[in-house]
Amino acid sequence: MEFMGFQRENGEIGVRNHVAVIPTVGCANEVAEAIADRVPGSKPLLHHQGCCMIPSDIEVVERTLIGLGSNPNVAAVVLVGLGCESVSIDRVGDGIAETGKPVESVVIQDIGGFSKAVEKGVEAAKKGVEHAEPFKRQSFDLSNLTVGIKCGSSDATSGIVSNPAVGLAIDRLIDEGGTAIFGEITEMIGAEHVLARRAKTPEVAEQILKVVHELEEKIKSLGVDIRGSNPTPGNIRGGLSTIEEKSLGAIVKGGSKPIQGVLDYAEKPEGKGLYIMVSPGREIEFLTGPVAGGAQIMIFTTGRGAPQGYPIAPVIKVCGNPRTSEKLSEHIDVDVSDVITKNKTLEEAAEKVFEKLVKVASGEKTNAEITGYDKTIDIYVRGIIL
Amino acid sequence: MKRAIALTEKDNVATMIDKASKGEDVEVTIGRRKMVITAKDEIPFGHKIALKEIKKGEKVIKYGEPIGQATRDIKKGEHVHVHNIKSIMV
Repeated sequence: MEFMGFQRENGEIGVRNHVAVIPTVGCANEVAEAIADRVPGSKPLLHHQGCCMIPSDIEVVERTLIGLGSNPNVAAVVLVGLGCESVSIDRVGDGIAETGKPVESVVIQDIGGFSKAVEKGVEAAKKGVEHAEPFKRQSFDLSNLTVGIKCGSSDATSGIVSNPAVGLAIDRLIDEGGTAIFGEITEMIGAEHVLARRAKTPEVAEQILKVVHELEEKIKSLGVDIRGSNPTPGNIRGGLSTIEEKSLGAIVKGGSKPIQGVLDYAEKPEGKGLYIMVSPGREIEFLTGPVAGGAQIMIFTTGRGAPQGYPIAPVIKVCGNPRTSEKLSEHIDVDVSDVITKNKTLEEAAEKVFEKLVKVASGEKTNAEITGYDKTIDIYVRGIIL
Repeated sequence: MKRAIALTEKDNVATMIDKASKGEDVEVTIGRRKMVITAKDEIPFGHKIALKEIKKGEKVIKYGEPIGQATRDIKKGEHVHVHNIKSIMV
């Protein structure tokens, strides 16, 4: 099966044609936002990291920013630095330039403040938009798609309707030769043995167990026992009996295919198929991870109604709760609640999700893109802020 | 009829998508197949019903995987929850 995308200089296929305005540090956000406000077709990626962090986190931020700029949904990049931050704007710029797309940098302290930086940035962003314009959608095989998978604001319908339906759709994408990334390691605690069994090699199995147990130990060192405190009393009232059941209900959205590898946060998969990415459950940091790893689209299940999108990648919201699908219809892209209300099967629900995926990949706007509910992002920090 | 969904053929429990009263028939969908069982307890929406007898110590299967083990014998049609199953992973 095929979708209509934009082929970039390095051969990768985008589903959107944005110019990204990326601050290298949170202190440059005002300039990045002002530039994007003045140039239609450009999108600011306003995060809060990039300085006063331990070196391993700075490395993650640089890898993330390179990944975001390199994402094939982005035609051209404007980087905005303050000047004194730990992240190297040159390293980030060089990393993105390897894709062959144009990258321009503006440094606020070098150029002489906000107004001059905005003026130069607007010029650069306009050039970026001119570069983006000639790209036209062409037909490409679905094997060119990488999809990130997430659940958020879940409820009792997530584990039995939207997550299994998305899991079936992901299985189909992988059968078509595509790639999918899921994560939220916190939610894997209690089901790590199931994931390890699905690993392609014993090394991958070991890595899955390692990332889950390391996270669990780290949380324990902060005085919190996830395994012992789940399911929560609210979960139990909703019908969840054990942590295994809760975690299986979350990971079922990743489908049933073999797990090819464990990616570090914002790391790009080397092959096709299903991958696990080290990542937190919180939306704003999670979504950045797969997008920086090359995902062009996110599929996001919700029960109570999570509205978040992402500036440079469409986020498809799938909901199995009939009340939420009606009340928050403005934020739901695929309503699969007819599994509950009209006896539809999960296979039929999966078909709806898959059809939407192909349409959105070919240019159909998601509700988050239409409402503009797609501006808040961040980058996963594992150390402390200094 | 009240309804429940089982996610794989291996599952010995299904999740209610309606609330069932004691003695009511429940139609269980497993993939494209359907079966009917009688609820032995009141079972709320989102809670589980046993599709077959599960002996004490036996694994409770949902999503094709163990979600815990029975802490006492569970009859077909019974409510399956924290009162009769426990985690294996804790």
